[in-house]
Amino acid sequence: MVIYGVALLAGCMLAGLIIGDVLGQLLGIDANLGGVGIAMLLLIFLTGYLKDRGKLPEATESGINFWNAMYIPIVVAMAASQNVAAAFSGGLVAILAGTLAVVLGLALVPVLTGKKVDDAAPLDARPPSHPPTGR
Amino acid sequence: MNDSIVSLVDKYHLIAAFAVIGLAMYVAYWMSRNLTGGRLHGSAIAIIIGLALAYVGGITTGGSHGLADVTLFSGLALMGGGMLRDLAIIATAYGVRLQEVKKAGLRGVVALFLGVLVSFVAGAVVAVGFGYTDPVDITTIAAGAVTYIVGPVTGATLGASSEVIALSIAAGLVKSILTMIATPLTAKWIGLDNPRSAMIFGGMIGTTSGVAAGLAATDARLVPYGAMTATFYTGLGILLAPTLLFLGVRAIF
Repeated sequence: MVIYGVALLAGCMLAGLIIGDVLGQLLGIDANLGGVGIAMLLLIFLTGYLKDRGKLPEATESGINFWNAMYIPIVVAMAASQNVAAAFSGGLVAILAGTLAVVLGLALVPVLTGKKVDDAAPLDARPPSHPPTGR
Repeated sequence: MNDSIVSLVDKYHLIAAFAVIGLAMYVAYWMSRNLTGGRLHGSAIAIIIGLALAYVGGITTGGSHGLADVTLFSGLALMGGGMLRDLAIIATAYGVRLQEVKKAGLRGVVALFLGVLVSFVAGAVVAVGFGYTDPVDITTIAAGAVTYIVGPVTGATLGASSEVIALSIAAGLVKSILTMIATPLTAKWIGLDNPRSAMIFGGMIGTTSGVAAGLAATDARLVPYGAMTATFYTGLGILLAPTLLFLGVRAIF
């Protein structure tokens, strides 16, 4: 049933957020430390486990895939509800500080990625035996 | 008649948001195909349209949720809010191959620490350049350049003034919004086309909404990799900014 997939997704999210919350409390910070990332790992492990045992029927999968496919529309809605006006009203200090952080961050991506090796090959350039993770 | 339609749309706000976003996506993909010849992703155009509408909404209502502060579009706040956004981000992990994550794991962690540090230093340099000399002010503005959540949390911890905290939020918002726009435009130059560089990108930039939208506008298949590292960024920033990084700033000024 489709709801099994949605419930699996929701369960992973709640478990990940709880773990992230506990991690934050252990470190004494008022924030969730990586809850979403932990939830992602849980989902990868659990669906991999279920799939290997043939316990992930198509209907269950579609419950996860629906939210996967809703990602971009949700991000567009997020963009439309950002406080863009406040970003521009912050003045030059805010604009320069934010811009410099982005420019330096982007510029350092290729430095850290290093040379193009096999595992850093573009998703499109993969041989058919390794199909791109897909949508 | 008009009033009853408005109140109906307001009552079913999430449904209205689905319809509005669907329409915006259709327009954006149409523009991508017919005006840019597919060179600029439809999702990138949709995000830019969203940001432009958010600006108009913010200016006309004076609220802090962009277009979602306009009664007719209030559902956007729920649809694009943290809860559904995180659910959808987690769903993108379905189908991710764990080897990719493992292979880039260490570099991702390095990128996280470097990303927080670089953004913080960038913010601190700008703050000092504009004549701020109080370590608390400098740290708060610098923390804002990390993310718009790290800024106010750090400011509150250190007891910064509300103007400086507002400034740090604005710096974080600029970073997030600029990331949404600049990522698809610079992706080719920085080699953002594989899981490894996406994980590093997520760690270097870190602001969740910026990374989420920037990767969506570049190549949606990269989203889970970037989101995976970015999700640790704000927590790490909150951990480091008011403590180690503040001590560093105080040692210099």
